[in-house]
Amino acid sequence: MTSARSITASANPPRAAFTDFPLGHTCGPPDRPRLQRRIMRDALSLFDTIDTPGAIVDLEYKWETEWKNEACSAADYRTPRYDTPQYQDREDEVAARQNYGASVACGVCVPSLTPRL
Amino acid sequence: MEADRQPVDYIALTRDTYNRLGYLPYRWASNEVPPSWASLRKPLADSRLGLIASGGIYRHGQVAFTHKDDVTHREIPTDTDTHDLRVTHFAYDQTDARRDPNVIFPLDTLRALATEGVIGELAPLALTFMGGIYSQRRLSAELIPVLVERTLDMEVDLVLLVPV
Repeated sequence: MTSARSITASANPPRAAFTDFPLGHTCGPPDRPRLQRRIMRDALSLFDTIDTPGAIVDLEYKWETEWKNEACSAADYRTPRYDTPQYQDREDEVAARQNYGASVACGVCVPSLTPRL
Repeated sequence: MEADRQPVDYIALTRDTYNRLGYLPYRWASNEVPPSWASLRKPLADSRLGLIASGGIYRHGQVAFTHKDDVTHREIPTDTDTHDLRVTHFAYDQTDARRDPNVIFPLDTLRALATEGVIGELAPLALTFMGGIYSQRRLSAELIPVLVERTLDMEVDLVLLVPV
């Protein structure tokens, strides 16, 4: 699934469902579980119906408020790219230190830290 | 408004932004050969679905991603309570994703569709990574092989990719 059609077209995956939503909402608007399920059902149905490699199907959903003017403005919203773990909440950092030791705070962040099956 | 119906061209927008900042053009992944193709081997309703998402999603208790070319991944058990999900990123507005992670990481959505029988089941772990990784070489050499290996380990029938 993608809300960035030109980027996905360039990457050229086997199949894609395009949702014309603002970035950060590929699967739909927040707190709308029924709508999110409907969008997902439509997206998953493409596994059955797309038979052309590289096809992108535009799902027929429209974002309820105007958002493209701002998205198309030249503003650069990116924040600095820090090379240490960036926690959403302070409590997350405390929990991660408890689980993995103090070393996780200094940017050491390796795949073996993830739980295994 | 007619323009409102056209998808936003983020490649063109990035080109303009980089020009303005005096950067060299960003080189987006560009694959022109037809993508590899596999048809479903069994109905969706009998299939095990894997989920891979970018956007910097991790679970409370895991180490968060860094914002600079982090090519590690996180493995999130698909029975995780969505209240335990966290989001960190430098390049998109995370307000709604933090309020309802399903907007970029459709865990509740897919669990409901598994209960309804639309899909057979979810793989035991979803795989997440940061995105916004500016080195395609490191992405291809370090991250992708791990995601492929872990996905094959779980013997999924199909994989849903959800980039932000």
